[in-house]
Amino acid sequence: MNNKAEDVPPQPSDQNQWDSIAGSEQFKDLLQIKRLFIVPAFVFFLVYYFALAVLVGYAPKLASTRVIGTVTVAYLFALSQFVVGWIIAGLYLLASARFDALTKDILARVAVHKVAYQDERQGDK
Amino acid sequence: MSISLAVFLLFVASTLGITYWAAQRSRGASAYFAAGRQITAWQNGFAVAGDFMSAASFLGLIGLIALQGLDGFLYSVGGFVAFVTILLIVAEPLRNTGKYTMGDVLAYRLRPRPVRALAALSTLTVATFYMIAQMVGAGALVTLLLADSGISYNVAVIGVGALMMVYVIFGGMLATTWVQIVKAMLLSACTLILTLLVLRHFHFHLIEFFAAASQVTHHQQGQPVVSDFLRPGLHYKLPNGPLDLISLSLIFAFGTAGLPHILVKFYTVPDAKTARHSVVWAMILIGSFYVMTSILGLGAAVLLGPDYIVTHGGTNMAGPMLAHALAGNLFLAIVSTVAFATILAVVSGLMISASTSFAHDFWTNVIHRGVERQPGESVLVARIAALAVGAISILVAIALGPASNVLILATFGMAVAASANFPALALSIFWRRFNTAGAVAGLTLGLLATIVLIVAGPNVMGIDPPGATGAARHLIQARPWFPLENVGIVTVPLGFLAAIMGTLLSREVQAETKFNELMVRANIGLGAE
Repeated sequence: MNNKAEDVPPQPSDQNQWDSIAGSEQFKDLLQIKRLFIVPAFVFFLVYYFALAVLVGYAPKLASTRVIGTVTVAYLFALSQFVVGWIIAGLYLLASARFDALTKDILARVAVHKVAYQDERQGDK
Repeated sequence: MSISLAVFLLFVASTLGITYWAAQRSRGASAYFAAGRQITAWQNGFAVAGDFMSAASFLGLIGLIALQGLDGFLYSVGGFVAFVTILLIVAEPLRNTGKYTMGDVLAYRLRPRPVRALAALSTLTVATFYMIAQMVGAGALVTLLLADSGISYNVAVIGVGALMMVYVIFGGMLATTWVQIVKAMLLSACTLILTLLVLRHFHFHLIEFFAAASQVTHHQQGQPVVSDFLRPGLHYKLPNGPLDLISLSLIFAFGTAGLPHILVKFYTVPDAKTARHSVVWAMILIGSFYVMTSILGLGAAVLLGPDYIVTHGGTNMAGPMLAHALAGNLFLAIVSTVAFATILAVVSGLMISASTSFAHDFWTNVIHRGVERQPGESVLVARIAALAVGAISILVAIALGPASNVLILATFGMAVAASANFPALALSIFWRRFNTAGAVAGLTLGLLATIVLIVAGPNVMGIDPPGATGAARHLIQARPWFPLENVGIVTVPLGFLAAIMGTLLSREVQAETKFNELMVRANIGLGAE
């Protein structure tokens, strides 16, 4: 899929153009939906990751508890970081299908507006 | 000719073939700096993995886990989780708003000259320190692994330096990427085979394997002790251990997302979606690799013993020694070659990010205000910069010698990336109010504080008993002023704080006005190159 819309790149000087996209409901929706996934996912990741250092550093007794055979809580917790990382990545890929669909809509609308906008400016002359 | 040398020469020949092929195809700046932006998701995933998994990962980590058990494994965890930050926060906005460097993103809405100059400085510092660390490691490896071939440390350093210059100068990013892809494949296959060999030794009975890892006999201060390598506390001890560990975690969580040689990889793919998928590919590869390092490290502790590792070649040799013990000379040769391939791929990645930043950020945009005076100038300058940076690294690596402490150099690079690059990058993408003064303050203070605290910390300062030489000897013989090995717990907040304070103390209308443009571009990729 090509998101670049190279045929209608807005001119850098077209500040209005950028502001109007940034202010559009569709764009705000996109940001909102992205934020709804990324912020909780990132905060959860940080908390879960730093919990490992805190557990190992400040509760070595608990971290040394054996769970299966001689395998300790600390080792399993460390391994679970990989699983959690992969799960976050998987969920992000699922969620991003929605981001891509919204992005495509916005780009399509921008392309239409761009033509209308140029027509308007030519009309002014 | 030894088997090691033969296998190694085979690898060198194939990478030179790749370079020749890439040089034929490489035309223009975007081809040279960004592989023409034609790299696919899986290819870039392998290339990022090949770029990131350094000799420190492959050789250092196995040794670290073999000596410190679980505490060493926490390094592996850090190396992996960093990619969650890259996936969620950095990769896509970076791909959508930049061209070739981290400086592009910063310069987007800030005053380009000061921020590009500092971004180039920070990139060059991080890359050069990292590169020197890798080259010292390469030289030390050769002297140990190819001892019978008569290749000396100096020859090895010059050889590695010359090869990486050939890849980068003639083949640009395309050759570098393919060298990294081949290396990632070799490293993954090699680690998998070695892991299976370790587990076969325990009849694929994991409980049996972990039972052995829970009773490792080694010596501490001359006394034999039996340690449980699955329990924490072998390295991070009270009083400062826990803080050091949190500090290390901070550097990992944010540092990798500020490493210039990792960031540039996301410009080699066609769009943000491909960048996203490539991070996931990299996470699969890097994650499974780091999980396996725990089996290899614990395997080395059980099968060779920490005492044997320390007396026979040191921590960095634990992996190759394990390979030799399990599968003899041929496999040792293969593992050694993979270790060289690893170093070559990483130094090439560092070299291209350093020379790109010099040419694109500093030469074209700072000195010549964004105008190429003649076509192809920036590529030419990048090639000359690669030659210069390569020559300097070779000379410094030779001057430092094989006994120098590689870990300080590598830690330094990561800490600068976390404390200077990451705050500036993240705030520039997400905070409307952020401005040039903030970026300059954050980059400068993050860089300076990291240097000062590492020099004042126990990596550099310490009082050694008489007779300590080489890497074991501290550079400054005095009690350390700063108690932690890992400086991130101070420098990361300081980098953010400086960036925020600098911003609040000044007002820059242009930077705030252009935030809408940056936000739109970063999120929907409109007008991305």
